[in-house]
Amino acid sequence: MPHDGVPDVRVAGLRKSYGDVVAVDTIDLEIAPGEFFTMLGPSGSGKTTTLRMIAGFETPDEGTIELAGEDVSSLPPYDRPVNTVFQDYALFPHMTVQDNVEYGLMVKKVKKGERRQRAQAALEMVRLGGYGSRKPAQLSGGQRQRVALARAIVNRPKVLLLDEPLGALDLKLRQEMQIELKSIQREVGITFVYVTHDQEEALTMSDRLAVFNEGRIEQVGPPAEVYEHPQSEFIAGFVGVSNVIEGNGRRYTVRPEKINLVEDGREPRQGWHVEPGVVSDVQYVGPVTRYHVKLDRGGDLQVLSQNLQEGSSEVLETMGRRIRVEWRREQESTIDEPEGGTE
Amino acid sequence: MPVIWIAGIYFGSLCVLLLSAFWDTNPFTAEVVHELTLDNFRTIFERNVYRDVAWRTIRMAALVTVADAVLAFPIAYYMARVASPRTRNILVVAVLMPLWANYLVKAYAWRTMLSDGGVINWALAPLGLHFDGYSTVGLWLVFTYLWLPFMILPIYAGLERIPNSLLEASADLGGRSLRTFTRVVLPLAFPAVVAGSIFTFSLTLGDYIAPGLITSEQFIGTVIYSIRGEALPVAAAYSLVPIVVMVVYLLVARRLRAFESL
Repeated sequence: MPHDGVPDVRVAGLRKSYGDVVAVDTIDLEIAPGEFFTMLGPSGSGKTTTLRMIAGFETPDEGTIELAGEDVSSLPPYDRPVNTVFQDYALFPHMTVQDNVEYGLMVKKVKKGERRQRAQAALEMVRLGGYGSRKPAQLSGGQRQRVALARAIVNRPKVLLLDEPLGALDLKLRQEMQIELKSIQREVGITFVYVTHDQEEALTMSDRLAVFNEGRIEQVGPPAEVYEHPQSEFIAGFVGVSNVIEGNGRRYTVRPEKINLVEDGREPRQGWHVEPGVVSDVQYVGPVTRYHVKLDRGGDLQVLSQNLQEGSSEVLETMGRRIRVEWRREQESTIDEPEGGTE
Repeated sequence: MPVIWIAGIYFGSLCVLLLSAFWDTNPFTAEVVHELTLDNFRTIFERNVYRDVAWRTIRMAALVTVADAVLAFPIAYYMARVASPRTRNILVVAVLMPLWANYLVKAYAWRTMLSDGGVINWALAPLGLHFDGYSTVGLWLVFTYLWLPFMILPIYAGLERIPNSLLEASADLGGRSLRTFTRVVLPLAFPAVVAGSIFTFSLTLGDYIAPGLITSEQFIGTVIYSIRGEALPVAAAYSLVPIVVMVVYLLVARRLRAFESL
């Protein structure tokens, strides 16, 4: 835990099943105040169900949920100090943008003047100052997304829950919103719990992230740690590409950008591991090239190399050639250490 | 081709109806005289009996609509948002089933139930009560029963279309069930209620069989039916009253976005 004291969210032994399907299988989590925490995983991994249990939309079969030290497990959603940004935004179509944002304050009987003012401020924060009188149907997807954010933040919740909020936006808008969301989070200082299946989103935005798989959390940590030192083959594959190598009685992974292609004839460097192989595929993607290398002793590796000097034709010529790949020993990250491993 | 058939047969006869409202009647032989006149309209506007009957019919249509909306909403809500898929299917069939039975059969059944020796008075008798079934109230019951499915189905469809996430969003923002209902569910389902009311209102407005079976009171339909023989042009003019009322009603309904929920 990066923070002492009472966590904003504490989830202990959380379990939820639908019939025979276990959606969430005994999850423990602690999220510190002010943290941008991401729950990352493929669909059906239990991340959204966990979020919905924190919000109060689903009742856990087992386990407890604490918000700022208070057990809220049995409270309905309207009594929990959290707000949610929904995947489909869930804006009220019959209300104006202003009324949508004011809804939470109206329910809490905040005076009309203050309500107006706070809703205006929230709309300005998401750069929609002049849009208060419009209806949601008159807004673009990105604008609706920001109204949904304003509608949640205006209530100053202890924790803001975001359920794939950028999922419906196109790539460019999504990247802009990632930066905006992050800066809004810094500005308001609210704890964000963010659900996504997009590993890049998780890596760029989070202070810490939890990787979900089949209802369980496989790893929790800061993005760099999870990326550089994945603890399982699943994480290696889901957060990046798997590049799993077996040798000396252990399995380990090396990130593709840490691997060099070595031209024939050059002497291997001290402390670097070298493997011979054949280039089985080359993908030229502008600034970088992705090589697929078939190792002589079995297994495939992906190698990512910046196109500093090479043009596309030179790069594509390497297709089918015999090469050697090398990486520094420190870049190896052991996964699934077998019982009593020999290393 | 079908367009021509509809235009010719349906609109053609409507035009003849409209035209015959301007024809005259020979006062001695009661024969229709093909001369244009506004006398028929003068008759229905100036004679109190026509005015009273029109107001009584419109009032009946409004009361039936209100009663159906009040009855239908909870049923539709239960079907759309509470019941399990299995129960929902059973209920949909249960609501549709009366529509498979002939209208006359149902009206006669009610006539029997409402009679002095009928099941309603049989049930009330031990309490020392008596209900005059062959009355305006009795007719109101019959109409409310007859058109109830036409109100339930649009409301059911309208409620089912409300995304669950909107209700969750309301709860998430602190809204309890009642607030969510009045602020989110009701406004979003209202156009569907208006859509249903088009059926209940217009069907009541034009009906001439149930009133004749249940009461001796006159309604627009029964009046037209009884005078069509001796004063066809007046009957035609009178039949324009429900048509005009319905046109106004539909215009208002369109403003309330009712057609988007049909």
